[in-house]
Amino acid sequence: MSDASSPDASAGEPTEEAAAGTSTTGEPEATPLRVEGLEKRFGGITAVDGASFVVEEESLTGLIGPNGAGKSTTFNCITGIHRPDGGRVTFEGEDVTGLRPHAIANRGLVRTFQIARELDEMTVLENLMLAPRGQVGENLGYAVLPGLRDQVVEQETDLREAVWETLEFFEIDHLAGEYAGNLSGGQRKLLELARALMVEPDMLLLDEPFAGVNPTLEEKLLDRIHQLREEGLTFLLVEHDMDVIMENCEHIIVMHQGTVLAEGDADDIRSDERVIDAYLGGEV
Amino acid sequence: MSDRQLDVREAVDTVVERLGPVVERIFARDISMILVAMLGIYVLFTIFGFLLIPSDALVGGLANTLQRVTFLTAVYAMLVLALNLHWGYTGLFNIGVAGFMAVGVYTVAVLTNPTTASPPGLGVPMAFAATLPIDPGVAHFLGLLFSVLVGMLAAAVVGAIAAVPALRLRADYLAIVTVALSEIIRLSLLSTTLQEFTLPVAGVELGTGAGRGINLPTNPVRAIYYNDPTNTAAGLTPVGEAIFPAVDAVGINSTVVVGWTYTLFLILVVAGFYWLLVRIGNSPFGRILKAIREDEEVAQSLGKDTRVVKVKVFMVGCALMGLAGILWEGSKGFTDPTSTTFLPLQTFYVFIALIIGGAGSNTGSVLGGALFASLLFEGPTFVARIFSEYLELDTAPRTFAEAFGELFALDPTPMLAYGLENISALRFVLLGLLLIVLMQYRPEGLLGHRTEEAAAVDLRDRSPAAAADGGGGDE
Repeated sequence: MSDASSPDASAGEPTEEAAAGTSTTGEPEATPLRVEGLEKRFGGITAVDGASFVVEEESLTGLIGPNGAGKSTTFNCITGIHRPDGGRVTFEGEDVTGLRPHAIANRGLVRTFQIARELDEMTVLENLMLAPRGQVGENLGYAVLPGLRDQVVEQETDLREAVWETLEFFEIDHLAGEYAGNLSGGQRKLLELARALMVEPDMLLLDEPFAGVNPTLEEKLLDRIHQLREEGLTFLLVEHDMDVIMENCEHIIVMHQGTVLAEGDADDIRSDERVIDAYLGGEV
Repeated sequence: MSDRQLDVREAVDTVVERLGPVVERIFARDISMILVAMLGIYVLFTIFGFLLIPSDALVGGLANTLQRVTFLTAVYAMLVLALNLHWGYTGLFNIGVAGFMAVGVYTVAVLTNPTTASPPGLGVPMAFAATLPIDPGVAHFLGLLFSVLVGMLAAAVVGAIAAVPALRLRADYLAIVTVALSEIIRLSLLSTTLQEFTLPVAGVELGTGAGRGINLPTNPVRAIYYNDPTNTAAGLTPVGEAIFPAVDAVGINSTVVVGWTYTLFLILVVAGFYWLLVRIGNSPFGRILKAIREDEEVAQSLGKDTRVVKVKVFMVGCALMGLAGILWEGSKGFTDPTSTTFLPLQTFYVFIALIIGGAGSNTGSVLGGALFASLLFEGPTFVARIFSEYLELDTAPRTFAEAFGELFALDPTPMLAYGLENISALRFVLLGLLLIVLMQYRPEGLLGHRTEEAAAVDLRDRSPAAAADGGGGDE
């Protein structure tokens, strides 16, 4: 509801908005995402044990690690799904540790899920229309009262256009009226990314965006991601598939047993003995 | 003069032009669906009437029967619509519908009963009539209206009290909390401690009447026909003078006329409920409701504060349930906690009606309410009466075992007689069977799973105006 006063702004190109958003945060030290000493325990198990890393502005950063390394838990702690037991998460210079998920998303840090979680009984269009921030019609009064509803209709008309453009960008406009539950696995991944973009994020956290996606579609998704990054978005990717990360990310973070094992570009990571150990037989 | 007529006609035309498409879009197919269903129900009950009512009382009897069916349809439609907002749209499993109705009804009862009555109330309408500088009758009515609004508010607040802690937890906890709350409310109303008591603050005397029940205000539609709504002996209003003799000539009783008037008013209220739900559903707020039903965590990760939305929608639904309860019990002028309206069973009925109609669909909710009220609730008794009327059956056996035993003697009539005698209990068997069949063959109900887009505009129609200012695409 933060930008409820400017319905037109939220209806514009998601990518343009994101670019405008990043340019205003001029301070050099305002790194999009900084994680310091993050800890999360479930009963006796320590899932994340003091992980620290930084994601640079407008970068495509990869987060990899063997099963159980704590990647997903780290993601959940950053995005507010879990409340961390220790450490700090800062987004664009502001402490967001332990905020609730919706508050974090409203600051422009938006995530997708490992298993695409579509809103099955909602159409593709509804899925996308749900996402934009600052919709006046999210207030019950505006939605219902005769005098105020005109504003909602006006905003909805603008949002509809933005939604259709996003659908075209991802080439899923032919599925617009389809129930999300009827989409194939790959189409769901596209929809999920499209939906996250409709929030007009400054940074996107993608949890295994290529899992179960065929090579052609993977290519398509990667194309979009690169294009969006050039337009100013910052990405943090969690992936199992080492090759995708190695080929596409300029900065790679390797997690193992809840901590950051190594950081660097693809060549650094390839030649790192500890990483090879962790993946090829170190204790899990 | 002719100019003015023209102006008026033009104005009417523009209004019709502007409203026409809107009305058409909302009601085009759906209203006809409901009308056809009602027509079918009327035909069926007219046939029942022909079979049961002696021909000299036929018109009056039919008018009475159809009024009762329509009335029940209307109250169930309201309740089902309110529950549809909770369960159909948002997926909130509220099984305390009866409790929220009771809160509304009893709030109105306590507010409107005269301070001198037993149990004493707050006498709000009388206070309005005494203090407002307008016609006492109108002021009294305003006081009544005010009490009804407070009743709705009370139901909403009780809803919030139940929801705020429970909605933070998993969905099933809300179900437990609401069913427990509705029983706590009902048993508190039965408690003699609250039968008559003095408020520690201000020393105001109040009471719920406990098991003895409590009076509700006189139905205000009576004021249309009677000079004094509480006393028929005080004479008729001009409207009453005109209508009563006319309908009496065809054999329709004056109470049936009053009943029909109230029922027509209820139909308007159902239309209001429907309108409100369509507005709520077809909006960004409605999209969040749907998203909460589908996957709340996704909604949160897209920046929606789902807790606040859930509490809001829960309160709105509870207020509507309260109003439905007030309008239902209000027709009787009296209520007590043993009334079936407040039993947990009632919640179950409303759920069945919603399941039949199709959770998530407003039109389905109204249809479900109509079919439940007529075919399942009223129908079986009529069928049983027809059987007993036309079949010469012996006295029914006292137990099922006795009736069952007779089957071995190849005599089915004792079993039939037993069934007819216990038709109101066997209705539950019928309901259970129906639920099983529905779950097997049509779990989404009659109209569930329809593509009704939750948006204030038609999403598939990209109007050229919007496309023009949206500018060129990305590619």
